[in-house]
Amino acid sequence: MYSFSYHRPASVAEASDLIANAADGKLVAGGQTLLPTMKHRLASPSDVIDLGAIAELGGIVVNGNIVTIGAMTSHAEVAASGEVQEAIPALAALAGNIGDPAVRNRGTIGGSIANNDPAADYPAAIIALGATVRTNRREIAGEDFFTGMFETALEEDEIIVAVDFPRPEAAAYMKFENPASRYAMVGVFVARTGGGARAAVTGATDCAHRAYRMEEALAKDFSPTALADFEAPVDRMNADIHASAEYRAHLVRVMAQRAVAACA
Amino acid sequence: MREQGIGASVRRKEDQRFLLGKGRYTGDINVAGQTHAYFLRSPHAHAVIEGIDASAAAAAPGVVAVLTGDDLAADGIGPLICGVTVTSDDGEPHRAPPHPALAQGKVNYVGDHVAIVIAETLTQAQDAAELVDVKYRPLPAVSSTGEAAGEGQQQIHDVAPNNVCFNWPFGDKAANDEAFASAHRISSIELTNNRMVTNPMEPRAALGEYNSGTEEITLHMTTQNPHVHRLVLAAFNQLAPEHKLRVVGPDVGGGFGAKIFVYAEELVVGWACRKVNRPVKWTGDRSEAFMADAHGRDHVSRAEMALDENGRFLAMRVQTTANLGAYLSTFSTMVPSYLYAFLLAGQYATPLIYSEVKAVFTNTAPVDASRGAGRPEATYLLERLVDVCAADMDLDPAEIRRRNFIPKDAFPYQTPVVQCYDSGDYEAALDQAMELADYAGFAARAEEAKSRGKLRGIGFSSYVEACGIAPSAAVGQLGGGVGLWESAQVRFNPTGNVQVFTGTHSHGQGHETTFAQLVCDQLGVPFENIEVIHGDTARTQFGMGTYGSRSLAVGGVAIAKACDKLIAKGRKIAAHAMEAAEGDIEFADGNYTVAGTDKSMNIAEVAFTAYVPHNYPEGVEPGFDENAFFDPMNFSFPAGTHICEVEVDPDTGEVEIADYTAVDDFGKLVNPMIVEGQVHGGIVHGIGQALLEGCRYDSEGQLVTASFMDYAMPRADNAPDFRIGYAPTDPPHNPLGVKGCGEAGAIGAPPAVINAIANAIGARHVEMPATPETVWRACQSAA
Repeated sequence: MYSFSYHRPASVAEASDLIANAADGKLVAGGQTLLPTMKHRLASPSDVIDLGAIAELGGIVVNGNIVTIGAMTSHAEVAASGEVQEAIPALAALAGNIGDPAVRNRGTIGGSIANNDPAADYPAAIIALGATVRTNRREIAGEDFFTGMFETALEEDEIIVAVDFPRPEAAAYMKFENPASRYAMVGVFVARTGGGARAAVTGATDCAHRAYRMEEALAKDFSPTALADFEAPVDRMNADIHASAEYRAHLVRVMAQRAVAACA
Repeated sequence: MREQGIGASVRRKEDQRFLLGKGRYTGDINVAGQTHAYFLRSPHAHAVIEGIDASAAAAAPGVVAVLTGDDLAADGIGPLICGVTVTSDDGEPHRAPPHPALAQGKVNYVGDHVAIVIAETLTQAQDAAELVDVKYRPLPAVSSTGEAAGEGQQQIHDVAPNNVCFNWPFGDKAANDEAFASAHRISSIELTNNRMVTNPMEPRAALGEYNSGTEEITLHMTTQNPHVHRLVLAAFNQLAPEHKLRVVGPDVGGGFGAKIFVYAEELVVGWACRKVNRPVKWTGDRSEAFMADAHGRDHVSRAEMALDENGRFLAMRVQTTANLGAYLSTFSTMVPSYLYAFLLAGQYATPLIYSEVKAVFTNTAPVDASRGAGRPEATYLLERLVDVCAADMDLDPAEIRRRNFIPKDAFPYQTPVVQCYDSGDYEAALDQAMELADYAGFAARAEEAKSRGKLRGIGFSSYVEACGIAPSAAVGQLGGGVGLWESAQVRFNPTGNVQVFTGTHSHGQGHETTFAQLVCDQLGVPFENIEVIHGDTARTQFGMGTYGSRSLAVGGVAIAKACDKLIAKGRKIAAHAMEAAEGDIEFADGNYTVAGTDKSMNIAEVAFTAYVPHNYPEGVEPGFDENAFFDPMNFSFPAGTHICEVEVDPDTGEVEIADYTAVDDFGKLVNPMIVEGQVHGGIVHGIGQALLEGCRYDSEGQLVTASFMDYAMPRADNAPDFRIGYAPTDPPHNPLGVKGCGEAGAIGAPPAVINAIANAIGARHVEMPATPETVWRACQSAA
């Protein structure tokens, strides 16, 4: 690890000033990606601004049909939250199956989506549930937030404050885990909402995305058989030593069908 | 049986310090004036070094020294050696390219050692390493085992044309060919044995200290065999004379073979601490373990079996290409030769076996022994072939094994491949395993699984292995450079407690408990009064260390022999003290008794008398402290049958181990709980190889699986509960009646798992690791 200046601001405003004035600053939430990267000397920020002491970034609040999860809420807190379990059980289950206990106790929803690892779980939920990402500057629709591999709609120095999830009628997430990392090799989140069927895929391509064709099939018939002929585009799939593009495309259909079945 | 003697599942003594976080590993040891070392490694798989400019690094803050291969050569240190000779088919010894501990003009794999940077802090050493300017001229790399010796491949070493280390045929080819020519049927299989990164929990580490007053070097390090390290470092690497070198293996967090070898880092740290006259500490990280620990396995093979019309094995022939990596590690040549081809008979009475092993160099990390070493490769090949034979002959896999087993009344049994098995009852283990696994109920379970959309399969593996290495004479005949006896010293203190010094080394095996039980049983001393000491060349007599499941079968016998000497000496002392004839003294349960009387003396009193010899027999030396060496007459041959049941999800290719049964013959068990732990660990190791672990280099020789993000180790949820049974036989060559148990699981498990998958999906073969995609594709083609 290279040396850096460490800051622990008490408010979003203070964090915003610090990041704006740093030569090459990095916000750290749970640090589950940034710290290993720094330890391997692959990142060398001048300043690390720790969001861990900012009270306004924490907490889970249910207001009518909206579940609001503060950006610094850990995966373990989401998984254990009675409110989330009641309102969106699929989201609590998703959080409870990210990484391992150490990761879940340190990693946060804000950190995960700001990093936008192509195999992360939360992006699929945020897109499929039609969630809204709130920052210190604006609101961003979930499906517009994830723009590419490790890229998001966040502007320079913009800080995620919370994510608002509308309560679905039913939802489920099915993840096929990479046997080594246990990240999603393919993850499919489907939801039946007042506005119709929604689906999102993570792990399979360079960035989590909404699966419109899947949604069309499910709009007619929200059942696993509706997806029997669904074919994910092989040419857009990731390929690596763990799974070829063809296999990933196959898994997208299987995971989607299982997610739909789990919504019943 | 004493409550804590042989046969009792005593809780492990060592766990108190481990569970309390009081273990003392090399990384925990820090000394005054210590510097920190960082190894600069090659980013290239194959390159010429045209120059190294370390001037900027040497001038960087906190830097004590930057040392390269030139410095090493100038001091006459190294090179690293391979200790076992294999004679190639041209009558010449295997090709042994130079293996400098720091590169001298060339690097041959990613992670090859280029320089050591020593600084006041590790961060300063890392910072300075980035300033070392190494001019590399990259060369094409060779990374494929199967293609390394092929036409037009890049040459790696001048001394090894076509990248071949040795071609080693073994057996009577003409007789073998004749048997094949007249066979009823020939079954064949081609397969790879996947390369593994051994990955003990604690990465390697070393702390070197030089005392200019005594001119001694003390090297704390992660070792499975401190005296072997000292011997090789002194005699072959010129680090220091043997009496001026102390090697200490304190608590060591697992080895599985990877900490047997003499590596560059430990040698360089030992040399550098004298060079800079400061203690030098290196603690490897996980990335370094992936890159630069010796890897295991990595074979490509073809095997054929000639069968008669009843499915009896007439002859077997095997062609194997074994990847030894870029250089020869300490025992590398022995693994795909003597530890492999000599096990190809397995449990079967196959009369003729012919094998050809081609060992090749590639631009990958060196390959050497890893839990099982050669025997898992032989067992996997044979047990997969046997299942293919069963399918070809339309025989039940249990039945074809039974028909070909060496019968229990045929022991000692001379195989056609050198080994003479001393004891065994293979059918007993098979029967018990089939009973435990409810083989008869399998069809119903498969039917039920089908109703859930799952394909259920069952697989057998009947293995035999040769461990408890060695007999020294056999090792010598085979070209090994060492003896493989073991030593022990058992010392009573005047107050009656006992210190046991063993030449073996415990790095997770629980020797402190098992050996204490042994002594408790033999001498009748309370378990808690016995301390087992190992791992320090300054505290224990010369010993050969721990590998090849030898600690109890060889080291344990040495301890028992030392106990026997104490008992015999004590008899004289007790006879004198109780004014009886020596011949009238009986020893049992810690007490010397005059036969037919109630006159008795405890061994602790005898020990005290030996140290305070006021009333003492003439001609008997004072003191109560004996040592012994044991060199067995033969290997030990654990064997058994494992039965695995899997459920395959045909939609995804996922494999779940639904049930696992292991029935093993380990002879007599000293601590059944520890043995069962070894069995569990070994099986999980084997499940890891079968389903998850596969070390991969790309065509440029870059290590693709360089972290746990890409290299899948088995975790708790990959393993089922196990059904464990024992079918012991008594090994006549072992005075304690024990065999080794540490490697058996890793040897038996891979074919059991793969045979079960092949059975589930109706495929002839599925390659390891049987990843979901591999199995899914096999399902597609089987359908």
